[in-house]
Amino acid sequence: MLYAALLYTPELDWDSPEAAERGKLYQEFAIENAALIRGGEALEAASTATVVRVQGARGGDVVVSDGPYAETKEVLTGFFLLECADLDEAVKAAAQIPAAWHGAVEVRPVHPVPRPQL
Amino acid sequence: MGRPAPSAAAVPLAETVRTEGARILATLVRTVGDLGLAEDAVQEAVVAALRDWPRSGVPESPRAWLTVAARRKALDTLRREGLRGRKEREAVELLEPGVPEPGEDVVQDDQLRLIFTCCHPALAAEARVALALRTLCGLSTEEVAAALLTGEAAMAKRLTRTRQKIRQAGIPYRVPGAEELPARLAAVCGVVHALYTSGHTRLSGDRLTDVDLCAEAVRLARLLHRLLPDDPQPMAVLALLLLTEARRPARLDARGEVVLLPDQDRALWDRSAIAEGLGLLSRSLELTDGQADPYQLQAAIAAQHVLAPSATATDWAELVRLYDLLLSVQPGNAAAALGRAVALAEASGPAAGLGALDALPAAARDHRWHAVRAELLARQGDFGAARAAMRAALDVPLPAPERAHRLRRLAAWAAE
Repeated sequence: MLYAALLYTPELDWDSPEAAERGKLYQEFAIENAALIRGGEALEAASTATVVRVQGARGGDVVVSDGPYAETKEVLTGFFLLECADLDEAVKAAAQIPAAWHGAVEVRPVHPVPRPQL
Repeated sequence: MGRPAPSAAAVPLAETVRTEGARILATLVRTVGDLGLAEDAVQEAVVAALRDWPRSGVPESPRAWLTVAARRKALDTLRREGLRGRKEREAVELLEPGVPEPGEDVVQDDQLRLIFTCCHPALAAEARVALALRTLCGLSTEEVAAALLTGEAAMAKRLTRTRQKIRQAGIPYRVPGAEELPARLAAVCGVVHALYTSGHTRLSGDRLTDVDLCAEAVRLARLLHRLLPDDPQPMAVLALLLLTEARRPARLDARGEVVLLPDQDRALWDRSAIAEGLGLLSRSLELTDGQADPYQLQAAIAAQHVLAPSATATDWAELVRLYDLLLSVQPGNAAAALGRAVALAEASGPAAGLGALDALPAAARDHRWHAVRAELLARQGDFGAARAAMRAALDVPLPAPERAHRLRRLAAWAAE
């Protein structure tokens, strides 16, 4: 099964020395779990987020606003896609992601959607 | 179809059907790989048994009868839904008549798997309790709803959502590996204990439901202990439940009124449950080499009470020591903090108990805290303050016997 591991942590300045340390931890995780990892990225600060909505229905007015919605201590700072046999395996892997002790990791199964043939 | 066997006749029909149904379910879940489908199949078989057996007589092997009936139902469902995958086709082969019933070892493994699935920490605590009652204790959805004081429709919805989460989130149907086992077993024991506690605090005299949650919890604790006979934790949980349950007949009098520990008729205590509980506790403690876990400590506290010939002859100082140990491993256990204050009051006088109560944080000051404080104030002769505290203890919804008891105390102090 494919799982998304969504990383929620306090915001981190990617240019700080702390972030460099953090990066090493993530590399370790990625090497040790290479067999499971199907993808993943880190995200820029939540203050760079832009929220896009189309009002009413398709074709409606495009409303662009600054995100995020609320000041929260932990924000979405990255994600991994993990291929695991079951939830127990996914939880085991998620517990090794540094975000799990810097914040929290939300594990969710990926819903398979049909993709257009390219 | 034979006559009821003499041994079978001793056990009520509904009980046999229910126990066997729960046992069959575990294997059927593994075979068909779907909890909901297996539950429905067993439920239909159970309903058929309860309808037919009173007329036709209990079959020679109720288990075999139910197994065949449940397999047939599951097979019907799978065929009706059109076997999409290889897994379904494999399941069908295993469901065909003539496939022998699995041996005891296999069934026990299946039951253990089901327990760990139903008590998985990824499920909400209430969902775990509801699912455990439904699948492990073999109650119908209606009975689960009654036991947990919810409507049947709401309960059906909750159970459906829970099964959906198990399937969609990929919660596995297997016993956790050695590395994960202690944490996962603690979660299972937590469900059993929560079940018992909610039954116990509700009080048996408050007849809102026919389902006895305490008895269900004991049943589950027994099952867990039978499946993991050498593990000290389920042993301690069963000991704790038995030692508490043994005193239940004395908790309410004939009129359904609360009887406090000093006034309880100790002759009503269930001596065989006490003996069994004490035996389990001492074996559990041997296995952990004196390193007591919270269940062992709580069982040891219950053991102190059942071993004392009377409330006054109770070793309250030892109880204070046990509560201190329990609080050292569970600092947030509000019930333990209250129990400690009561024991301290008995050992060293009401002023010491009140001091311990006042030292508790605001979060621990619930209606029980007020009720205990009221008793201790009254014991000191401060009836005005006792009445005020008892009024605070009445300011929440309470089971009828408990409310009546507190009101009686209030009335008695008004005369002082």
